[in-house]
Amino acid sequence: MSTQQQEPDTDAETEPEEPESQEVPADQEMSGLASPQQQRLQRKHDGMAEREREAAEDDLEGDSVHIKVFRYDPEVEGKQEPRFDDFHVPFERGMTVLDAVIYARDEFDSSLTFRHSCRQAICGSDAFFVNGRQRLGCKTQISELDQPVRIEPLPHQEVVKDLVVDMDHFYDQMHAVEPYFQDEDTPDSADLEEQRQSPENREKIKMSSRCIWCGACMSSCNIAAGDNEYLGPAAINKAYKFAMDDRESEEIKEHRLRIVEQEHGVWRCQTQFSCTEVCPKDIPLTEHIQELKREAVKKNLKFW
Amino acid sequence: MYEHDVIVVGAGGAGLRAAIGAHEAGADVAMVTKLHPVRSHTGAAEGGINAALREGDDWELHAYDTMKGSDYLGDAPAIETLAQDAPEDTITLEHWGMPFSREDDGTVSQRPFGGLSFPRTTYAGAETGHHLLHTMYEQVVKRGIQVYDEWYVMNLAVTDEPDPNDRTCHGVVAYDVQSGTVEGFKANQGVILATGGPGQAFDHTTNAVSCTGDGNAMAYRAGVPMEDMEFVQFHPTTLPSTGVLISEGVRGEGGILYNEGGERFMFEHGYANNDGELASRDVVSRAELTEVNNGRGIEDEYVHLDMRHLGSERILDRLENILHLAEDFEGVDGLVEPMPVKPGQHYEMGGIETDENGATCIDGLYAAGECACVSVHGANRLGGNALPELIVFGKRAGRHAAGDDLGEAEIETGYSEGVEEEDMELPITPGEAGIAETGATDTEDVAADGSGQLSDPDGVLDRTITEERERVEYLMEKDDGIQHAEIRAKLQKAMTEDVNVFRTEAGLKRALKTIRECREAYRDVYVDDPSRTFNTDLQMTIETRNLIDVAETITLGALVRNEFRGAHWRQEKQERDDENWLKHTLVSWNGGKPSIWYRPVILEGENKTYEPKVRSY
Repeated sequence: MSTQQQEPDTDAETEPEEPESQEVPADQEMSGLASPQQQRLQRKHDGMAEREREAAEDDLEGDSVHIKVFRYDPEVEGKQEPRFDDFHVPFERGMTVLDAVIYARDEFDSSLTFRHSCRQAICGSDAFFVNGRQRLGCKTQISELDQPVRIEPLPHQEVVKDLVVDMDHFYDQMHAVEPYFQDEDTPDSADLEEQRQSPENREKIKMSSRCIWCGACMSSCNIAAGDNEYLGPAAINKAYKFAMDDRESEEIKEHRLRIVEQEHGVWRCQTQFSCTEVCPKDIPLTEHIQELKREAVKKNLKFW
Repeated sequence: MYEHDVIVVGAGGAGLRAAIGAHEAGADVAMVTKLHPVRSHTGAAEGGINAALREGDDWELHAYDTMKGSDYLGDAPAIETLAQDAPEDTITLEHWGMPFSREDDGTVSQRPFGGLSFPRTTYAGAETGHHLLHTMYEQVVKRGIQVYDEWYVMNLAVTDEPDPNDRTCHGVVAYDVQSGTVEGFKANQGVILATGGPGQAFDHTTNAVSCTGDGNAMAYRAGVPMEDMEFVQFHPTTLPSTGVLISEGVRGEGGILYNEGGERFMFEHGYANNDGELASRDVVSRAELTEVNNGRGIEDEYVHLDMRHLGSERILDRLENILHLAEDFEGVDGLVEPMPVKPGQHYEMGGIETDENGATCIDGLYAAGECACVSVHGANRLGGNALPELIVFGKRAGRHAAGDDLGEAEIETGYSEGVEEEDMELPITPGEAGIAETGATDTEDVAADGSGQLSDPDGVLDRTITEERERVEYLMEKDDGIQHAEIRAKLQKAMTEDVNVFRTEAGLKRALKTIRECREAYRDVYVDDPSRTFNTDLQMTIETRNLIDVAETITLGALVRNEFRGAHWRQEKQERDDENWLKHTLVSWNGGKPSIWYRPVILEGENKTYEPKVRSY
């Protein structure tokens, strides 16, 4: 089954909050966005998020948080038809969505199932659909969300059980872009020389290298939802990381561009920015896709 | 049943490097891992990789720093192997595309780290582990190495000779988390455990929820001694509310620690008059807790780590990830205010006893990475030495398992007649005591059953598959009792209270009693979730059994070692005792009747003998 088939109350309480604003420049092809880093720092400067969180936490102190969690199990009677279970979890300052579902599992229902591991937004296991938006459970403060907090598996992927979705297709797409250095060149132990890379070029690939494979972007993408063969934002971003790395040769870069300009590659992207909005690592995914489009055009012009 | 030459259990840094190493040596290798590889906890490592790459530095300096940092409890052959192999293995990562931070001339950047005489910590921002993990996974994809992800390894298929040194490992038994199917994985040449640390034995830890010491517990029960388990590193800078790690890189770049009164206590209270904040981790952790215990902590809990003076440009360039962590998990902006930090469990120095080729005393069974004890880190691991350990010893284990000749190991493994034995009277009886039906069946009981000794690989594997299927059936069919979460929480609390930075005899005995109670409670454990599909209740229940066994070895080691060395501090004897304690603590399971014994540390290196000196920073 898939979360695309939602039961009736889905739209009743979705979109309780504004997505983070992402100014779309007049000419996306030509002008760069303000980097997410700059935006983030700007937000910090305003201190908004912080003050809001503190105020919200003061309101919640001593209360419990109401969460509604999607439940489904293909082999357990009563769970074969998807349903939502309600849990009331005692609020603690700093509580995240992940903390809340862990509490519900450990104290109320040990069959409540979700992936999680590092608790610090690096393993990428716990991307959920929270109040209508893809978010990492461990990185989302529960006090910033409207209650009841609806926690669902990532849309557009098969649900295995409760909040666990099948990631195989996502992994297949990641592997499809040949995500590895192509050179066979390994250092000679007698003469240990690293390949040189300028700090600027390292900076160029920095954001793209932060992907944690959580799948939030793929799940948010309308194109990926309609075209199962579309590489999707995460895989294209992975391709970007390699294509922009000066340590690989021009020939290899051209090979990489051929992979991404295929029928189900970069040209499918309609620059809706949904991937960029949900990325928990602030990777400018849409921008990277656009840049690969430009590179592909340049490469093709060269051969005309 | 699945069959490969080499089976690697776990797919973090050590596991990935072991698989690549075995593949390079021509073996058909497969990885079996309870997580998808990119979810592994290596990804959370921040600081860097120590490697002597530059002029003015050399492997001997790296080895010396490591030996001193270990408080003279590391074995010289292991330490020297680490220091000698790290440069090539680090540069190999660079050739595989790892995005290291760069200098203006395009070479990889290195920075100072605690306890190092040269700035040799090679890094990729403050997210070195993430890049290491992904770069090596890319190589696994490139090589087409088979990965069985979300398969949870429950037990090892090991023969049952009375002496563990005579046993052979022929594979593993695992269950497919997605479907619940229990299957055997036959290994024709070797099994490499790379399952990471047991940090979940504690409740304030930087470790992932998945770090449950599975490999340690399985090897221990199969007959491999656990070495130096009492040496647990408490990292001095973790966020108080979650245990999330703030890299030593912050102090490496010049970050300063302050107490409530704004004193730079590392200097002002004389904890480390030369190195201050960059003293070894154990020194800084004790200093922080001493400040808090003397009423100079903030909110009686933590101290401040301040990096504002480094300036936003440098912070954004080298430590950006720290800003995200402090903001997301503590609500603090590291650019405008100091970050609250306190010590948290971070790393287990001890582990599965291996030699410098990763081999254990059981033929065909290897271990590498945090689950292993070679021993490189001795009583205290230096920052930046965990990642080179993964790549150096992961590669060696992979190569050796696949049949490469790495030369004779100098480090001995396994119990032998004539070793020094511990005869201290314990407050409880450690070990199995009646939980066989809910844990791995111990080998001697099987022999006593009349089934006789099995040496045929398929027979050993079939028997283990049957046992593990029965174990799953038992846990699933039992429909009342106690749930694992309650036992795990009790265990974690006891360990954090009494087996922490400061340890006392009374506290350690109290912890042993609580661990015993956890064992008794576990006899009545059951799995409530009736589903075969993605049953995390079942998986965590089995993990909790492993945590109990591992926690007990930590606490036993801590109780018998009546001295203060490295990360292990004892109230009763607050000094290092080289006369009596220049030796490794080993705990053997003995089919459920654990015993403690010792092996002298090896201080003779290739070119010199390391003389224990006072460890001051």
